[in-house]
Amino acid sequence: MSWLIKSSIGRKFIMSISGLFMILFLLFHMSMNLALVFSLEAYDKICELLGANWYAIIGTLVLAAGFAVHIIYAIMLTLQNRKARGKERYESSSKTPTQWSSKNMFILGLSILLFLILHLYQLWYNMQFKELIGDPTAVSKGSELVVGLFQNSWVVLVYLAAFVLLWFHLTHGFWSALHTIGWSNKVWLKRIKVIGNIFATLILIGFSIIPIYLHFAY
Amino acid sequence: MNQINSKIPEGPLAEKWANYKNHQKLVNPANKRRLDIIVVGTGLAGASAASSLGELGFNVLNFCIQDSPRRAHSIAAQGGINAAKNYQNDGDSVYRLFYDTIKGGDYRAREANVYRLAEVSNNIIDQCVAQGVPFAREYGGLLDNRSFGGAQVSRTFYARGQTGQQLLVGAYSALSRAIHKGQVKLYTRREMLDLVVIDGRARGIIVRNLVTGKVERYAAHAVVIATGGYGNTFFLSTNAMNSNGSAAWQCYKKGAYFANPCMTQIHPTCIPVHGEFQSKLTLMSESLRNDGRIWVPKKKEDAAAIRAGKLKPTDIKEEDRDYYLERRYPAFGNLVPRDVASRAAKERCDAGYGVGPTGYAVYLDFSDAIKRLGKSVIEEKYGNLFQMYQKIVDENPYETPMMIYPAIHYTMGGIWVDYELMTTIPGLFAIGEANFSDHGANRLGASALMQGLADGYFILPYTIQNYLADQIQVPRFDTNRPEFDEAEKGAEERISKLMNIKGKYPVDYFHKKLGHIMWEYVGMSRNAEGLKFALKEIKALKKEFWTDVRIPGTDETVNPELEKALRLADFFEIGELIALDALSREESCGGHFRTEYQTPDGEALRNDEKFSFVSCWEYQGEDKEPILHKEPLNYQFVVPQQRNYKS
Amino acid sequence: MDKNINIKLRIWRQKGPKEKGAFETYELENVYQGSSFLEMLDILNNKLICEGKEPVAFDHDCREGICGMCSLYINGHPHGPDEDVTTCQLHMRKFNDGDTITIEPWRSAGFPIIKDLMVDRSAFDKIIQAGGYVSVNTGGAPDANTIPIEKDKADAAMDAAACIGCGACVAACKNGSAMLFVAAKVSHLALLPQGRIEAAKRAKAMVAKMDELGFGNCTNTGACEIECPKNISITNIARLNREFLKAKFKD
Repeated sequence: MSWLIKSSIGRKFIMSISGLFMILFLLFHMSMNLALVFSLEAYDKICELLGANWYAIIGTLVLAAGFAVHIIYAIMLTLQNRKARGKERYESSSKTPTQWSSKNMFILGLSILLFLILHLYQLWYNMQFKELIGDPTAVSKGSELVVGLFQNSWVVLVYLAAFVLLWFHLTHGFWSALHTIGWSNKVWLKRIKVIGNIFATLILIGFSIIPIYLHFAY
Repeated sequence: MNQINSKIPEGPLAEKWANYKNHQKLVNPANKRRLDIIVVGTGLAGASAASSLGELGFNVLNFCIQDSPRRAHSIAAQGGINAAKNYQNDGDSVYRLFYDTIKGGDYRAREANVYRLAEVSNNIIDQCVAQGVPFAREYGGLLDNRSFGGAQVSRTFYARGQTGQQLLVGAYSALSRAIHKGQVKLYTRREMLDLVVIDGRARGIIVRNLVTGKVERYAAHAVVIATGGYGNTFFLSTNAMNSNGSAAWQCYKKGAYFANPCMTQIHPTCIPVHGEFQSKLTLMSESLRNDGRIWVPKKKEDAAAIRAGKLKPTDIKEEDRDYYLERRYPAFGNLVPRDVASRAAKERCDAGYGVGPTGYAVYLDFSDAIKRLGKSVIEEKYGNLFQMYQKIVDENPYETPMMIYPAIHYTMGGIWVDYELMTTIPGLFAIGEANFSDHGANRLGASALMQGLADGYFILPYTIQNYLADQIQVPRFDTNRPEFDEAEKGAEERISKLMNIKGKYPVDYFHKKLGHIMWEYVGMSRNAEGLKFALKEIKALKKEFWTDVRIPGTDETVNPELEKALRLADFFEIGELIALDALSREESCGGHFRTEYQTPDGEALRNDEKFSFVSCWEYQGEDKEPILHKEPLNYQFVVPQQRNYKS
Repeated sequence: MDKNINIKLRIWRQKGPKEKGAFETYELENVYQGSSFLEMLDILNNKLICEGKEPVAFDHDCREGICGMCSLYINGHPHGPDEDVTTCQLHMRKFNDGDTITIEPWRSAGFPIIKDLMVDRSAFDKIIQAGGYVSVNTGGAPDANTIPIEKDKADAAMDAAACIGCGACVAACKNGSAMLFVAAKVSHLALLPQGRIEAAKRAKAMVAKMDELGFGNCTNTGACEIECPKNISITNIARLNREFLKAKFKD
């Protein structure tokens, strides 16, 4: 199976699979969090369910591994591609009318990663992590922490900005992942692009509702 | 070497090739490994020969001037490739393909060669399909055919408007496989400068590495020339910019006879010249004449007004248009053969009825066809050609008629070869357009691809063994032999002589002048007076070139100007030989039209009594008149007739 | 209507593969818009020769858009600003009076510069040599109509086979990837029954060679498809991915 590292298509395959895995996670994450809009108690129930249980820990570890693979491969591919481009660059910037996000996946990913670190620190660290290490300051009621966090307008704005970046990342990432694993042809290429855009927009709206609602409702 | 022996096998026409193959000498596999063959050129003929010879077990060294074998000019052929498959059940046969080709060539080709060509044509299609050439197909999954000029059957196989490209990619892939397996060694960006002859046999070549500028030596037991035609003598032609006649010309100078140089083909449907900086002419496929009608204004004043931009072609009323091909050739109309259509266009333009800014263009009008069939049908049939026309001329051919004019396209003449495709130098072979053998005085559409691949896949791999069978005891040659020293010295002297002229004008300046002389006096119609004038002019221009050309830079690196100068130096001499041959052939046949020899209504008048022979020219030295040898064409199986396209 | 224009050219000049290159600026007056881009360069070169300077080296041959030899990066586009054409089919009417035109060579680690605007594309030949063929010897092929081929498939194979190997896909790609070139060949042959037999082997061999030669990883930006003069579709890349992954998982 060394071809998964050695061949370009193998590397892209890993990138796609890890990406698709995270797309599934996003869907899951969004559905869980949307509970906040309907009932804070429901949300806290879910948090309890996904606390320091063995299945939640395994899930978290798998997820972390998926992220790590996606990020490591992204760095690897980007470095290789820079090298393949050659030392000398074009002086006139490219006028080829490509999709903006397709050319900036790495930067988009990097920005999302920075947001992720912030996000993990603000929420996950105080919830699951502290619980895991047995820190008594671990927050037991997730909803309080979240609602409190989103009273700050700046935090809301940062989160919204991150969702927009994620939208860009997904509009390319979704169809590109399917294309790379070979799920595309003359007919389906257009379709997976449309499905990808719809999906990215759903994710954007679904996630955005939460901070906005929490900010204004409490 | 005065006796010309074409080595045509005995027996009935249909059995000659089988007889030959049954009795020729072969080389056993162990000995093949000990024999080296140089193939110069990677077009249809060169690539197919190199790969086939490599597969047989010979060590092949293959050379090309481009950066990749896939770029040879065979790639530009549009229309298709003929074969006598009779898939359409319309009565085609090997004999019919043979007969059409002989007749199309105006009875100046060898019967035995042409019959063999028709015989192997079917194998070519099989071979190409097996290689993955995506020929056009019917909905039932079988191969489709289209019709071409000069035939009453549908026998042309095609891959959209890119048949040449697809066939060449097929041959290139076979070549690539042979390279991968180590059977062929490829040398790109190398141009042959000289042939090395040892004890009367071709044993190697001298090339210039076009990247480093180094002159290199290569030895082999046999040398195959597959470097195409010499159409670029005329400067403007449908040939690629780098197509040239130099490799063939070096062979001629080393003793190989050059046959029928005056037989050059003018293609009637090319986009006209637009200005003095024009570098090449673009062909519009012959198939357009199926639906387009060719015309010029009936009145001179209308033509003048169009030239001045005061009138548009659509302003000319139907009764004021002269559909001159339909008028002159009622039976064939717009579908007369290439040579006839070309001359008719020139006649009208010379008489002052030409259109376009220069007055050297005629209209190819699709308005009737669009009315009859609808725009969508025309678009489906010719869409890519119309798009190409629009990109170049910036006019929409759906709305305004296309402008076309004849241009040099193909050269039927070339290095003389016998039935085995061997030249008069033992061990030197010539295949494809580089030889003269199969098209006589005029080539039919879709036959060039057929001949190139026939030579490379199915003829040379047999016939070359008949020669090499005697060479198995000959050890590999050392490239340090004095013959190589001498040839390399000659090439280097030539280069340094050119580099040191340091004159006033770039190479193109002289090439354009040569092209002008050739086109005016040695082009579509010729006469003794003009040809003599051209000979004098070319000589003078050649002298001017050798004293006043300027080549910048050095010869130690990439130097396109030096490459062009070396080629042009040979084009002068080729031009002279074309004119000399045209002067000596006092008849009109196919692409060679002498105004003195025409019927009262202006058609070509052949003289079978006196000129039913192949002109074979033997080089005698710098500025010495070459000697003409005649290979008689004895027609045993068909009776030469006057071609008639009127009724 | 075509007229004469004055233009300024910024051209990359580089004496050899290892020398340092730089842009040089040239001015040309009264260039007829009906002439092709390469004819404009011919005019420039003849002018330079007459001035005692070295002409600009660039690759070109057929000048009718099929040999794939021409290779210029003009104003941010491989093959220039016109659509579906090679550089040799680009005409000066795409430019206006007073324009500055920047001309650069293809830039990619896989295509080292030879001189000025000429690059070495022999890597493409090496990829084809690795497996871009059907393994049949000359002779012995069955009758051409023995295996019927669906018209749709034959047409799709022809679409892919239209590739001219010019390298614009690599030149356009920000990753220096040769996937469109490789995909076109793999698709052309995989779609036909004659090429199907070796399809798995071919995909693996060609991709391995492409990677070995230092071409980048495809990130589906689609720039290659947009700039391809022969309109080769990136759906061929999906097919290549499919062929390759299928072959690898089978192993």
